Amino acid sequence: MDLINFEATELRLGLPGSTDEWDKKSTASPVNTNNKRSSSEMGSSVSDETGSSRSPSLAKAQVVGWPPVRSYRKNIIQGKKSESESGSGMYVKVSMVGAPYLRKVDLKVYKSYDELLKGLQDMFKCNIGLYSEKEGYKSEFAPTYEDKDGDWMLLGDVPWDMFLTSCRRLRIMKSCEVIES
Amino acid sequence: MFPEEVLEHVFSFLTSHTDRNSVSLVCKTWYEMERWCRKRVFIGNCYAVNPKVIIKRFPEVKGVELKGKPHFADFNLVPEGWGGFVWPWVVEFAKGYPWLEEIRLKRMVVSDECLEIVAKSFSKFRVLVLESCDGFSTDGLASIASHCRNLRVLDLRECEVEELSGHWLSHFPDSFTSLEVLNIACLGSEVSFSALERLVARSPKLKTLRLNRTVPLEKLSTLLQRAPQLIDFGTGSYSAEIRSDVYSSLKDAFSSCKNLKSLSGFWDVTPAYLPVVHSVCSQLTSLNLSYASTQSPELTKIRLVVLDCIEDTGLNTVSMTCKDLRELVVFPSEPFVGDAEVQLTEQGLVSVSQGCSKLQSVLYFCRQMSNSALISISKNRPNLTCFRLCIIEPTVPDYLTLEPLDVGFGSIVENCKQLTRLSMSGLLTDRVFEYIGTHAKNLDMLSIAFAGDSDLGLHHVLSGCDSLRKLEIRDCPFGDKALLANASKLEKMRSLWMSSCLVSFGACKLLGQKMPGLNVEVIDERENLNSLPEYAPVE
Repeated sequence: MDLINFEATELRLGLPGSTDEWDKKSTASPVNTNNKRSSSEMGSSVSDETGSSRSPSLAKAQVVGWPPVRSYRKNIIQGKKSESESGSGMYVKVSMVGAPYLRKVDLKVYKSYDELLKGLQDMFKCNIGLYSEKEGYKSEFAPTYEDKDGDWMLLGDVPWDMFLTSCRRLRIMKSCEVIES
Repeated sequence: MFPEEVLEHVFSFLTSHTDRNSVSLVCKTWYEMERWCRKRVFIGNCYAVNPKVIIKRFPEVKGVELKGKPHFADFNLVPEGWGGFVWPWVVEFAKGYPWLEEIRLKRMVVSDECLEIVAKSFSKFRVLVLESCDGFSTDGLASIASHCRNLRVLDLRECEVEELSGHWLSHFPDSFTSLEVLNIACLGSEVSFSALERLVARSPKLKTLRLNRTVPLEKLSTLLQRAPQLIDFGTGSYSAEIRSDVYSSLKDAFSSCKNLKSLSGFWDVTPAYLPVVHSVCSQLTSLNLSYASTQSPELTKIRLVVLDCIEDTGLNTVSMTCKDLRELVVFPSEPFVGDAEVQLTEQGLVSVSQGCSKLQSVLYFCRQMSNSALISISKNRPNLTCFRLCIIEPTVPDYLTLEPLDVGFGSIVENCKQLTRLSMSGLLTDRVFEYIGTHAKNLDMLSIAFAGDSDLGLHHVLSGCDSLRKLEIRDCPFGDKALLANASKLEKMRSLWMSSCLVSFGACKLLGQKMPGLNVEVIDERENLNSLPEYAPVE
């Protein structure tokens, strides 16, 4: 059935006087460029999570509601990815000045800096002491960590939850090293 | 003419809504008889009828099932606040059906106030199933728990719940022992585990228990030990440090569940713990691993839901081992990435279609398809009733020939004569719709996106598909002509959704005028619709 026959036989409830004119007037663009509501939301969020480069096809504009995957499922998959990056549990490497090899600790096991420090002290048989906002740690050792930006920070300055999201690895330095830098 | 008692007895065997609707059309006597003995009423579109009308026609109803928002609401195509509110229904039911026992809702907005009315108005209330609903919080659940003394089923399927506290479970009184189904898988935050454990322990009839992600693996065996009679179990988080004591108590707990037929959950899987379920595998009919990126389910089941991480090789194994498979669902693990790392192609589906002779229903997400694969699938499995294929990139052609996939889908509708549901994707022209109109005589629901060339496509579907009741279309160049030419067909359907097509506001108004039995709704977020030219396309 081609278009000509169709028009001859159709039962129309069309507007009086209307013909195909409006077809020619209307934007007959291919529909997949009609993405008024598209957004390129994927690019930035994924690179934050992985910190590594992804394939270029990731950054292209995303059509609303396509592919037809429900939002709770999308969230679960993304949530799963960030957990698998750090493993089940949140293991970070710990290096200790003078120790021949590194250790790993699961940060999720601890609920506060006090607990973490105690764990580190047990692990390395050293005494780190208490944190003080003004003077840091009054002992031979200073616990530091590398954050998301690659900077080395003194443990204890930021709230625990914030520390958990930004800590990449730990390093127990000698206090004298800290003062010099 | 049979006496009334005989007729009533005969009607009592009719449970299908379509049968009952047909019966009530036979004559006035049968209409009267049927309406007095209808116990369960199904309303597929909550805006199709006024609740008062239902209550007046069916005074003895014990169970109601209602559906609200269109299917595409699942994919964020329906604006917030559109509707689907169950409130007006609940208010009428509270007045007209004091003995109401069951409420089943899908895609409706349910407020805490609604849940409170339900909890307090129906002394015999037994079953609450909320599927894809939202609008309520754990406070609403607490009302249900506190007041529904005879509750048997609390089934929250993929709902969005505002989680204010995990203590709502504790509102079930200690004397409450009738629970048979508890599904809280969709809740994101912790529920009180001790309350959960006590509830499970005092529910000897509990058959279905689907936990949420926050219930840790280590606690699973405790719960299972209290409910060895379970038929359907959904785990919580399935990840933990590998410990032999946890492993063996889990293994024992699973093996003591002699009636287990369905398993789901498996969030964040630690693969080392999967073998604990092997003892129950042979008796399973349904396995949902879609939250677990596991690659080799050596398990026999009738319904398998997995992620594409299963890859073609995994599906090949399925095709060789799951000889009773009826339904296959493969979700994408990374739906928004252009080039996936998983090796899942059309080949996986072809293998399953070859090896699993009972396969009837397919939902398959993949990145490439060919006409020849579709033709093979249709010839292997002419018994398919539901075929939903989503090729992740829109308008992608046959990857081998670069042609549209018209012939492939045409083959599906031509060979699978019992097909009732079809979703298509990929590059498709008007030709595929000609095939559909010609062959898909049993098709009940059709979903189309980014397909077709002109109104002819839509015309083929509306004029040819005799059984079509639900049609959802997005981003297709279908306009006014086919819609208006087939207006009378629309009255026979439950619903038609068209978004980002070429339908004009004028045509919508005309349709509403000419067909007063139709509910025509225009959703367009621009401000002054009435000032737009009549031929301008609406959203």
